[in-house]
Amino acid sequence: MVNRTTIRFLLNDQIVERSDVRATTTLLDYLRLERRLTGTKEGCNEGDCGACTVMVGRLGPDGLEYHSVNACIRFLGSLDGCHVVTIEHLRRDDGALHPVQQAMVDYHGSQCGFCTPGIVMSLYALWMAEPSPTDGEIETALQGNLCRCTGYEPIIRAAKAISSYGNTKDDPLVTERETVIAQLEAWKDEALVDVEANGPTGPERFFVPATPDQLADLLASHDGATVVAGATDVGLWVNKDHRAISPVIFIGGMNALQSITVTDNEVTVGAGVSYSRFVPVMKEHFPHMSELWWRIGGEQVRNMGTIGGNIANGSPIGDSPPGLISLGATLTLRSASGTRTLPLEDFFITYGKQDRRRDEFVETITIPCTKPGTLHAVYKISKRKDEDISAVCGAFSVSVSANMITEARITFGGMAGTPKRAQSVEEALINKPWSHETIEAARPAFEADYQPFNDWRGTSEYRLLSAKNLLTRFYLEHADTSHPVRLERAVAAA
Amino acid sequence: MNEHVTELREAIADIKGGVHQSIRHDSAHKHVTGEADYTDDVPTPVGTLHAYLGLSNCANGTIDTMDLSKVRSSLGVIDVLTAQDMPASNDISPTHLHDEPVLADGEVQFYGQPVFAVIAESRELARKAAQKAEITYDERPFAHSVDEARAANYPMVTKPLTLKRGDAPTALETATHRLQGRYEIGGQDHMYLEGHIALAIPGEDDDMLVYSSTQHPSEVQHMVGHVLGAPSAAVTVKVRRMGGGFGGKETQSNQFAAIAAVAARKHGVAVKIRPDRDDDMITTGKRHDFVVEYDVGYDAEGRIEAVQATFAARCGFSADLSGPVTDRALFHADNAYYYPNVLLQSEPIKTNTVSNTAFRGFGGPQGLIVAERIMEEVAYALGKDPLEVRRANFYDPVGAENARCVTPYHQTVTDNIIHTVVDELERDTDYQARRDAILAFNKTSPIIKKGIALTPVKFGISFTATWYNQAGALIHVYRDGSVHLNHGGTEMGQGLNTKVAQVVADVFQIDLARVSITATTTDKVPNTSATAASSGSDLNGMAAENAANQIKDRLIAFAANEYDTAPEAILFAGNEIQIGTKRIAFADLVDRAYMKRVHLSATGFYKTPDIHWDRDKGTGRPFYYFAYGAAVSEVSIDTLTGEYQVDQTDLLHDVGKSLNPAIDIGQVEGAFIQGMGWLTTEELWWDDTGRLRTHAPSTYKIPLASDRPIKFNTRLLQGSVNREKTIRRSKAVGEPPFMLAASVVEALSMAVASVADYKTCPKLDTPCTPERILMAVERMKPSA
Repeated sequence: MVNRTTIRFLLNDQIVERSDVRATTTLLDYLRLERRLTGTKEGCNEGDCGACTVMVGRLGPDGLEYHSVNACIRFLGSLDGCHVVTIEHLRRDDGALHPVQQAMVDYHGSQCGFCTPGIVMSLYALWMAEPSPTDGEIETALQGNLCRCTGYEPIIRAAKAISSYGNTKDDPLVTERETVIAQLEAWKDEALVDVEANGPTGPERFFVPATPDQLADLLASHDGATVVAGATDVGLWVNKDHRAISPVIFIGGMNALQSITVTDNEVTVGAGVSYSRFVPVMKEHFPHMSELWWRIGGEQVRNMGTIGGNIANGSPIGDSPPGLISLGATLTLRSASGTRTLPLEDFFITYGKQDRRRDEFVETITIPCTKPGTLHAVYKISKRKDEDISAVCGAFSVSVSANMITEARITFGGMAGTPKRAQSVEEALINKPWSHETIEAARPAFEADYQPFNDWRGTSEYRLLSAKNLLTRFYLEHADTSHPVRLERAVAAA
Repeated sequence: MNEHVTELREAIADIKGGVHQSIRHDSAHKHVTGEADYTDDVPTPVGTLHAYLGLSNCANGTIDTMDLSKVRSSLGVIDVLTAQDMPASNDISPTHLHDEPVLADGEVQFYGQPVFAVIAESRELARKAAQKAEITYDERPFAHSVDEARAANYPMVTKPLTLKRGDAPTALETATHRLQGRYEIGGQDHMYLEGHIALAIPGEDDDMLVYSSTQHPSEVQHMVGHVLGAPSAAVTVKVRRMGGGFGGKETQSNQFAAIAAVAARKHGVAVKIRPDRDDDMITTGKRHDFVVEYDVGYDAEGRIEAVQATFAARCGFSADLSGPVTDRALFHADNAYYYPNVLLQSEPIKTNTVSNTAFRGFGGPQGLIVAERIMEEVAYALGKDPLEVRRANFYDPVGAENARCVTPYHQTVTDNIIHTVVDELERDTDYQARRDAILAFNKTSPIIKKGIALTPVKFGISFTATWYNQAGALIHVYRDGSVHLNHGGTEMGQGLNTKVAQVVADVFQIDLARVSITATTTDKVPNTSATAASSGSDLNGMAAENAANQIKDRLIAFAANEYDTAPEAILFAGNEIQIGTKRIAFADLVDRAYMKRVHLSATGFYKTPDIHWDRDKGTGRPFYYFAYGAAVSEVSIDTLTGEYQVDQTDLLHDVGKSLNPAIDIGQVEGAFIQGMGWLTTEELWWDDTGRLRTHAPSTYKIPLASDRPIKFNTRLLQGSVNREKTIRRSKAVGEPPFMLAASVVEALSMAVASVADYKTCPKLDTPCTPERILMAVERMKPSA
């Protein structure tokens, strides 16, 4: 194994190789302060407004793929071997505007203009993937972009018109694709990247391991190292909480953690699989999670954030854990001394404490396939429908046989210090008829399972009442389909 | 203009980009490429230092000990400034009440108040150092809400206002029917995408150049001079554009500019300050929350007989603009409705929260939605469609000269077109049939319920601080025929520069592309008013037209003399000047005029005529005219979770004869969505320590694209012409459509009311979060 003390990436059409990179330097600060590429804006510094949206291309398991990301919470060190595309890259040699830009101008898609470069980049990523998007696809692509001026309507109109201004096959990301692939391929060296640079509180060091073995060795030899995959949470530790996280191990680029294996009985997901990458498998095998999935973060966060990270960070709310726990998922942790597997629900011990030794990392999540006769649903309630953190997230997996409930796994996030099973509710359901009366009788059991907290996302009273009502919704949705029981946005996501 | 010239005029092609045309925003091509420079994009001089604020973590108390040694010794720190370091004054109270320190001096009055400023080599180092302060406080009990402040006998931050017509107390006693209510209305953070920022560059002597993201460069200039002890003439404030303002940069920019300037003066180098988003939201004021108590008398038809109401506002620790904001709430407590007897009182009460400030509508929305609540309450009490009650109470239409046209502030409404607007919208949206269909749907749908509401808007245009209704402009015409335009308004996305340039292009009859739009700067146009109160194009458009006309008049006089032609036979059209039978290009005429020593530069000025206001008496004509609009919204709610969606919204809005329909439609759409956010998902939440916990987009939720009404139609009222002589007979557009969002609240209210067969008007405070909707649904259920 050779060590490399530099990172290398493409920035638009330039090759960058740097050794003096700090672990906590963000891509946004690098672009604006060091490169004076000021088209990328800072709006919130926490991945919630999208003004800093850029595209990042990477040689993944399926070849070169570009995704929109938030530059404000993307650490520069994690970009080793990537192609970073900023708003400045859309400039044509002849000064003409890119089709996305021209559509935005002609449809009056900008007012103050500050969110606009980020919106152009999100629409660019969408257009490259889907040249004729539906309203729902456009809304989904813009979930991570705030605009405070326009009310979005002209932006939606612009997004639908882009293809009348040009063809994706003429785009530089298509015409120069082979060149980019060749460059990124040439950089693949299986080396362990080890970079150190001085920061405001002393030296900062980061590693980019190429293999799980390297990762395991690093964790064994660097106690307290911070493992960073998508950085959608750790980015805020640094930007908002001023936390020192060095040494850092960036694993977002490790293809070995991005495998998805499907057998007849189960789906095994590498910890580095992003929310976006999981979508096709989720749609096929766990379609009931679909609605939740499109409400996790915005597109940029789903492109960066990983299922493994969502579990490992131990959020009391979690977006994926309640659904995964109800499905009976297991977790495999790995260290230099081997692997161990445990039920996901046992991983969350109490608030802020998980069953992970400091030298272990989450390697895979295994989710049993759903069986006929079992009913599933995952519901999320939040103040704003999209790109908001759940007030309550409830996951139901209930088996019904001959109109009797034989098994029930009900898990809630946002109701306790960890994602937690509703044991009393489950007991009140099992071996009871699948009936309105059973559901009504089980509702009070929520009070035994949860004593939720008050915060800005909801009062304890609201959380408890809506959790009970979600059980009612679950029943009505499966047993009494004569009336609508949920709001469906007519332009809903693809 | 004689007939001959008129004929010629018709033969000449129109210019590109004159008034009443849909022209794109002048910076659109730079917005989309990222080339539009905001203050943070201005290249900084060598050696620029960075300032960052240190904030209090006590809501009310006296600073006991303040140990800043660890801040000073932190890496890269050059200096730490406290209140004592302000050279001439530590006060930046915009209304001169001396109640707003730059940095807290001994006393802290809200959690997050700036106490000191670190100056360091980089922003990151300054930010890190600011965390290291060790401050202890002698803490006192605090009051963060109106109710707590009332209970603690907190003072008013400024003098309250009373509006009175007739005898409301007596009329209430004798009213046919009577109801009382209490309405809590939430505040709102501006959440401009570009946060506050200032870059101060020191010059010779007292000179100080400040780049500031501000809607009010003249006030920043004044405050910087005041704090430094420098004359205003030495201070120049410059802003090319803001990444959104919405009122949040009317007074709130002062603090940042003052700190940057003080540090720049002290150290002789440029200093930049830009708070992180969370600190921006913690340290700057917001829309005022209100608690309104009302007492209403009405007859069997739902006609109002009397309204008595108190409007208490969470003002925060200082006055800032709370006086005029609470005044404007009272000015709009009638919305479009005539109140025969009325007594309205404001209660601008002090609280231990950040000092609240201007925000699009400026208190007007809080007043207006109370009127809408009252109409709903009366309608439910009588079992009527709320639209019927609204109609019964409209001010009489244009032309009527009776008492039913007189507002609570004794101004007669002479331009009322609300009947036309509402009738047209009701018809075009098929309101009645859709309402019937919803009533039928709700009968058969146990979980999902729908609602629909049509609400009107009447909004008064002019600053109620009458002296603010003035503007200046500066125009230079160069020898090549290019035109340099500068005016006192600021560009924050609203398209002001585009509109004013269209006016100038129209005066000279040259293509818009030949008019250069330039940064607002206090050394070109002095003593400007804030770009606020929707007044930007009304005031600055007129001032620029005035300046352009002066130059045009000189050119006409020159041409008349030069070509021995009557001035009446000279016409500017299509980039040319018709002089009798001769045509000459604009640039050629300009160049010839220059050679004959014609003055090609002019300052323009405008003041709004006919307005006056006596606050002590509560009478006058504070508004030059009114803007009107109406909205229909249809919503669905989930009665299990309180979640909802807006299924359809139709807006019809009056902008007079639009200067730029594309930009005006953008303003109407954007204002509606921003108003909808205020009334639905945008919630300010303080914890038990008095600390605001919703201070970033992760916790404070403004609307997304997917929150738009599923069907969203916006139209400008056709054929409308401002009855007053405004700039090309247009009307102001920035604020009035914000209040169209009241339709969403009342539609949600109807959906909630359906749970109990519309027998009672739901108590539904704002913002109507899913939680508030669910809890309102629960309250509608018969108690067990």
